[in-house]
Amino acid sequence: MSVMEDLIAKYFRPGRLPHIWCPGCGNGVITGAIVKAIDKQGLAKDDVAIISGIGCSSRSSGYLDFNTANTLHGRALPIATGVKMGNPKLNVIVCSGDGDCTAIGGNHLIHAARRNIDLTLVVYNNSIYGMTGGQYSPMTPKGSKATTAPYATIEPSFNLLALAQAAGATYVARGTTYHVPQLVDVIAKGIAHKGFSIIEVVSACPISFGRQNKMGGPAQMMMWQRDHGVLKAVWDRMDEEKKAEAIAAGKFPIGVLYENNDVQEYTAAYDEIIKRAQEGK
Amino acid sequence: MSLKIITKRCKGCGICAAFCPKKVLAVSEIGKVEAVAEENCIKCGQCEMRCPDYAILLDK
Amino acid sequence: MSRILLLQGNQAVVEGAIAAGVKFYGGYPITPSTEIAEQLALRLPQVGGKFMQTEDEIAGLGTVIGASMAGKKAMTATSGPGFSLKQEMLGLACIAEIPCVIVNVQRVGPATGQPTSPAQGEVMQTRWGTHGDHWLITISPSSVPECFELTLRAVALSEKYRCPVILLMDEVIGHMREKIELPDNYDEIPQAERKMPTCAPEEYLAYGCEDGSKVPAMAPFGSGYRWHVTGLVHDETGFPKGTGAATKESQDRLRTKLTDNLDDIVQVENYRMEDAEFAVVAFGGAARTAYEAVDMARAEGLKVGFVRPITIWPFAEKQMQDLAGKVKGILVHELNCGQYVLEVERAVAGKVPVSLFAKYDNESATPAELLAEIKKAMA
Repeated sequence: MSVMEDLIAKYFRPGRLPHIWCPGCGNGVITGAIVKAIDKQGLAKDDVAIISGIGCSSRSSGYLDFNTANTLHGRALPIATGVKMGNPKLNVIVCSGDGDCTAIGGNHLIHAARRNIDLTLVVYNNSIYGMTGGQYSPMTPKGSKATTAPYATIEPSFNLLALAQAAGATYVARGTTYHVPQLVDVIAKGIAHKGFSIIEVVSACPISFGRQNKMGGPAQMMMWQRDHGVLKAVWDRMDEEKKAEAIAAGKFPIGVLYENNDVQEYTAAYDEIIKRAQEGK
Repeated sequence: MSLKIITKRCKGCGICAAFCPKKVLAVSEIGKVEAVAEENCIKCGQCEMRCPDYAILLDK
Repeated sequence: MSRILLLQGNQAVVEGAIAAGVKFYGGYPITPSTEIAEQLALRLPQVGGKFMQTEDEIAGLGTVIGASMAGKKAMTATSGPGFSLKQEMLGLACIAEIPCVIVNVQRVGPATGQPTSPAQGEVMQTRWGTHGDHWLITISPSSVPECFELTLRAVALSEKYRCPVILLMDEVIGHMREKIELPDNYDEIPQAERKMPTCAPEEYLAYGCEDGSKVPAMAPFGSGYRWHVTGLVHDETGFPKGTGAATKESQDRLRTKLTDNLDDIVQVENYRMEDAEFAVVAFGGAARTAYEAVDMARAEGLKVGFVRPITIWPFAEKQMQDLAGKVKGILVHELNCGQYVLEVERAVAGKVPVSLFAKYDNESATPAELLAEIKKAMA
C-alpha cells in the first residue's frame, strides 16, 4: 500500500473517485494535502467538519468522509461559523475557491477573520471561475484574458493574504500545488492554530485559465508555480530591491507568512460571555 | 511492482511524467499514463505527490 | 408558578425561543424586528446559548443553518429587506432539510419602504421567495401571548418536519404590548426532539427515512454519523444525483412530507362562526381589527363571523372550501394590495363572492372601517 492509498482508504468516501475535476486541475492535489494535514494532526474523522461553498473547489467536501457540507456560492464561512458555534469541539475546515471566497463571499471572509473564529480556510486559488467556464475573479492577475475579459482584465487583483491579515486573521499562509510537503505543513499548522487561519493555495486551472492565457498544459503551469513560489526563509533574506524585482517578476513567498497566538479566539471569548451572563455580571 | 497506476482515475494530464526525474513515466496514445522504464524508478514519490487524480501510487 | 408581564410581541418571541430550547441566534439588526436580537443577546447566554450579530442578513441565516447542522435549535429574525436577502439560505434549508426558524416582522415595502409602519406584503414572498419549487411552513400570531406560543410551535414544527418555519409577524404584532402570563420556569415545557437515526453510523442514509416516514432522521455533526449536506438535488444517500427521476423523487418527498400532514400543520381559528352567514378572513395584525368589527356587526344583528388562519402556508385549502359551503360571502382583510385573497378565491372557486378590504397606507384599519366594508360586501 502506498501512503496516498492508505489515506484514500481512510479518509475518502468509498466509490466516489475518480473526481469530477479536469485533467491537471490542482483541486485534487489540494484536497489530498488537506487529508494529509488532517492525518498529520491525528484528528478523528467524527471531529472534523469540511464546509465548502460552490464552484469546482467546493466539490471537494463530497469526496471526504467527515461531517461535510457543500453549501451555497460564497456562503461557506457563515455556515462554518454556525457549525463551530454549535459545536466548538469540531475542527472546521472551509474549502473555497478564489471566486467563492473573495468575490461573492468577500464580506463573510473579512468578518470571519475579524472575529478570529477558529476556522481553517483553504482558498483554492486558480485565478479564474472554472465551473462556469473561465470568467475573471478578483484573484485573476490584471491583464489576463478571461471569457468575460476578452481584451484582458483591467481590474487589479486582491492581495488576499494582506486583506485577511488586515481584517484580523491570526494565521496567514500560502502554498502551491507544486510544493506539496510544504502545503501539507502549512495546512496542518493552520488546523492546529486556535483562531482564524487562511491558507491561500496557488493552483492551476489548465482548461479555463491556462488555455486562454497561453500558459501551456498542466505540467507547464505547475512548473510556473515551482519557478514563482519562493520559500519564506529565502524571501526574507532578500533585500527590498530584490523583493521588488521578485514581485515585478510575479514571484510570491510561500510558507507561514504571519501568525499571532495572542488574540483570543471567538468561541472561547463567547464561553466567557456565557459565564458572565450566568453569574449575572 | 513499486508503481501502481490506477488507469480508471488517470486523466492523462502528464504532470507525473513531466516531473519524473528518471523519465519512468509517459502518457500513452490513449491519454493514460504508463511506466515505460520502471527499472529506472528511484521511488522519489514526486509522481504520487503531485498527481491530481490519485491515479499513481508508490508502494511503501 | 407563573408571572404576569406586559410585553411586546417581539419580547414574547424571545421568551418563546428560550422556552423552546433555542440555543443559537444569528442575525442582523433591522426595524421592526431588532428587539428580538437585542433581547436574545441578553437572554441566550443566560441559558448557555449563543447569540451572534452577523455581518449581513445572509450570514444571519447561514450561521443558523450551520448551528442547526451541529444539533442546536436555531433561529433568526428579520424584516422586509432582510427577508429578501435571506431567500437564498431559505432555499438551502428547504432542500437540505435543515430545521430553522425565521421570524419576519413585516413592514411596508418594497425596498426600504416604511420601516416603522405595519404591512403584510410578504404573504406571497414567504411562500415563493426563494427560487425553485419548495415547501415550508408559515405561521402567523395575532397577539402577544400567541407570539410566545407560536414561537414554541415554530420550533417544534421545524424540528418535526425538518423544514424552515417562518413566523410571519407584522409591525403591529411585533411592537404591540399586551398582558402575557408566562411560566416562571420553562423546564416543564415539552421540548421538540429532533429525530435521531437508530441504525449504526455505517448504515446511516442521511435522507433515507428508515422509519418509513417522509422525514429523515438527522444526526448532528460530530455525533459519529458522518454525512453530507448539499444544496444540489440528491438522493437518499445525500450525495448529488442528476437524473430526472431523482429530482422528481426529491420534490415529491419534500412536498408530501408536509401535504400528508395538513391536519397536524394547518391551524385555523373560528370566531363567532356557529351561525355566521358571512365571514371575514384576516390574520396577524389585521386580525385585531376583525375581532372588534365582527363584535360590532353582531351587536347590530348581522350574522358575521371571523375565520383566522394561524397557519398561512401550507394554505388552509380545506378550511376555506368548507367555509364557502357555510356562508354566503367572504371578505378578506389584509394589510397589502391583496395577496392572501388570491388563494382564498382559488379555493372558493366562485362558490360564493369573495371581496377584499386591502389596507396599505401605513396604518391598521379601524374596526369601524372594516365594519363598513363588511356591510358593503354583504349588501
